Amino acid sequence: MSQSISPTALAPKTVQAPEPGAVAEFIQETLALTQRLFIQLQRRPSTLVAGVIQPLMWLILFGALFTNAPQSLFGPEVHYGQFLAPGVIVFTAFSGALNAGLPVMFDREFGFLNRLLVAPLASRYSIVAASTIYIISLAFVQTVVIIGASAALGAGLPNVVGLGAIALIVLLIVLGVTALSLGLAFALPGHIELIAVIFVTNLPLLFASTALAPLAFMAPWLQWLAALNPLTYAIEPIRYIYFNTQWSLSSPVMAAPWGDLNFGVMLAVLLAFDIVVLLLIQPLLRRRFG
Amino acid sequence: MTAAVVIEHLQKRYGAIPAVQDISFTVQRGEIFGLLGPNGAGKTTTIRCLCTLAKPDSGRVEVCGISAVKQPKQVRRRLGYVAQEVALDKVLTGRELLNLQAAIYHIPRSRAQDRIQELLEALNLTDYADQKTGTYSGGIRRRLDLAAGLLHQPDLLVLDEPTVGLDIESRFVVWEFLRQLKAAGTTVLLTSHYLEEVDALADRLAIIDGGLVLAEGTPTQLKDQVGGDRITLRLREFTPDQEAQKAQHSLNALPFVETVIINTAQGNSLNLVVQRGSNALPQIQETLTDIGLPIFSLAQSRPSLDDVYLAATGRTLMDAELAATSKRDLKKEQKQAMKTA
Repeated sequence: MSQSISPTALAPKTVQAPEPGAVAEFIQETLALTQRLFIQLQRRPSTLVAGVIQPLMWLILFGALFTNAPQSLFGPEVHYGQFLAPGVIVFTAFSGALNAGLPVMFDREFGFLNRLLVAPLASRYSIVAASTIYIISLAFVQTVVIIGASAALGAGLPNVVGLGAIALIVLLIVLGVTALSLGLAFALPGHIELIAVIFVTNLPLLFASTALAPLAFMAPWLQWLAALNPLTYAIEPIRYIYFNTQWSLSSPVMAAPWGDLNFGVMLAVLLAFDIVVLLLIQPLLRRRFG
Repeated sequence: MTAAVVIEHLQKRYGAIPAVQDISFTVQRGEIFGLLGPNGAGKTTTIRCLCTLAKPDSGRVEVCGISAVKQPKQVRRRLGYVAQEVALDKVLTGRELLNLQAAIYHIPRSRAQDRIQELLEALNLTDYADQKTGTYSGGIRRRLDLAAGLLHQPDLLVLDEPTVGLDIESRFVVWEFLRQLKAAGTTVLLTSHYLEEVDALADRLAIIDGGLVLAEGTPTQLKDQVGGDRITLRLREFTPDQEAQKAQHSLNALPFVETVIINTAQGNSLNLVVQRGSNALPQIQETLTDIGLPIFSLAQSRPSLDDVYLAATGRTLMDAELAATSKRDLKKEQKQAMKTA
């Protein structure tokens, strides 16, 4: 060690500084934790690279799969690329958000979380906020790439208002699924269990939604499942925006087995999904956070 | 001044197992306090309750007069915690980790860089600060952990087994650093299962085993309490029970001998306590020769912390460690470490 350490370097604070106020503290913590996640991304870019290549592959391969399918099957004057793009947007955002809990789980297992819990955080929810901001940022990058790529493949491009609405819908679905994943990260005993749950949830939820095929194609029981799947409530509004240059909150977006649902109702359901999930994970977080 | 740490009748159980049955001790400001005990004694659980990582089932836990249960955030501002396993993010550089640490302790950004530089220099880490922590050796990881724990200038630094796994040189470096901390006015609480560490560093110590405090005091006080000189006698390398008992009987009759214990874990060697300063060795040799018993080895010494431990718990620290290691359930320990409330 250094022989000439200034005596004050190792001395305790003589007077406790006044606390800067909960909001300022929360912002400082959240920014620092978010910065850590982005530094990790910068040094391990493979997650983002894979996260961008995968949806491109879905677009290209599924598009090629249905190249010769009758055009009218999916909607009037619509080809499959246009039908598929919203499905890929939502599914990619969903997959990313579902994995949001994994870094937190690893922090739990390797003791890094203890470093955070021993610190005088204004609120331990800054950990949740940092993960959420990070995942939302990634989801937006992926969404932009998918929209651009599908436009290049002939799916067309919504106008600015439409793009704004798509951004909002992606935000809503990512928020709910991220909260769910973080709740699981605190509830489950280890990363193996978490990966198993993610694995079993990921693809079935994709197929039980309208990502790849319209509701009308499905067997009645699957129609009911798809009509209850939050992913469908994100996919259909985005699809409506892709198919129709004119749309509004009262546009009839989905023909569910029990009746027609309009744009506004779809958004409301997404919001309700977010609120329900946030309430559900409260007791889990409170138990962990004390 | 209020004591740095007050723990009274702390109790904590994980499921059916009482990790901490009843622990009480006090740490005064500006001293180095050692918690000595084998693995599984309850040291880590006690520390986790102190550092607000776990909630005690009952008992008083205070840091600088502030309750850890009622005002955890205030306690967290005043203490720094150096865990047994150093937890670093391997893609971050040392400096980036310290930046994060400074932010979660709400050090103003204007101050943070200077403070980080100050500690990097104090711990000789400037050469490593901008390399990823994944490349660090054990000693450097430990030093970075020390820097992280001191960034916010805590009143109390709590270390859980600070030199486990370090080579001798690194251990001395850490010990010297802790002494410098004390000289600057920071209170230090460390747990350890190394006798020399506690003997070398601690102003006061408490011996913990089975979730209970078995002795508390300064090393000198404890050694004096334990009485006279120690004699360790081995009749043979491994002594048969009968011979050991015969020797015990005869030696007990000697006037200067206070107690004779047969140490079954050490091949039936005999541990005697004799009056201080008595000329014991020749008389013991004579007695044994008279009854026809051999001597494999014979040694006399002043009481050590090991003797304090033996007197308090009934076995040496090393034997307690061995017993604990064979009973250890690593999976259960990891689960306990992941529980944070």
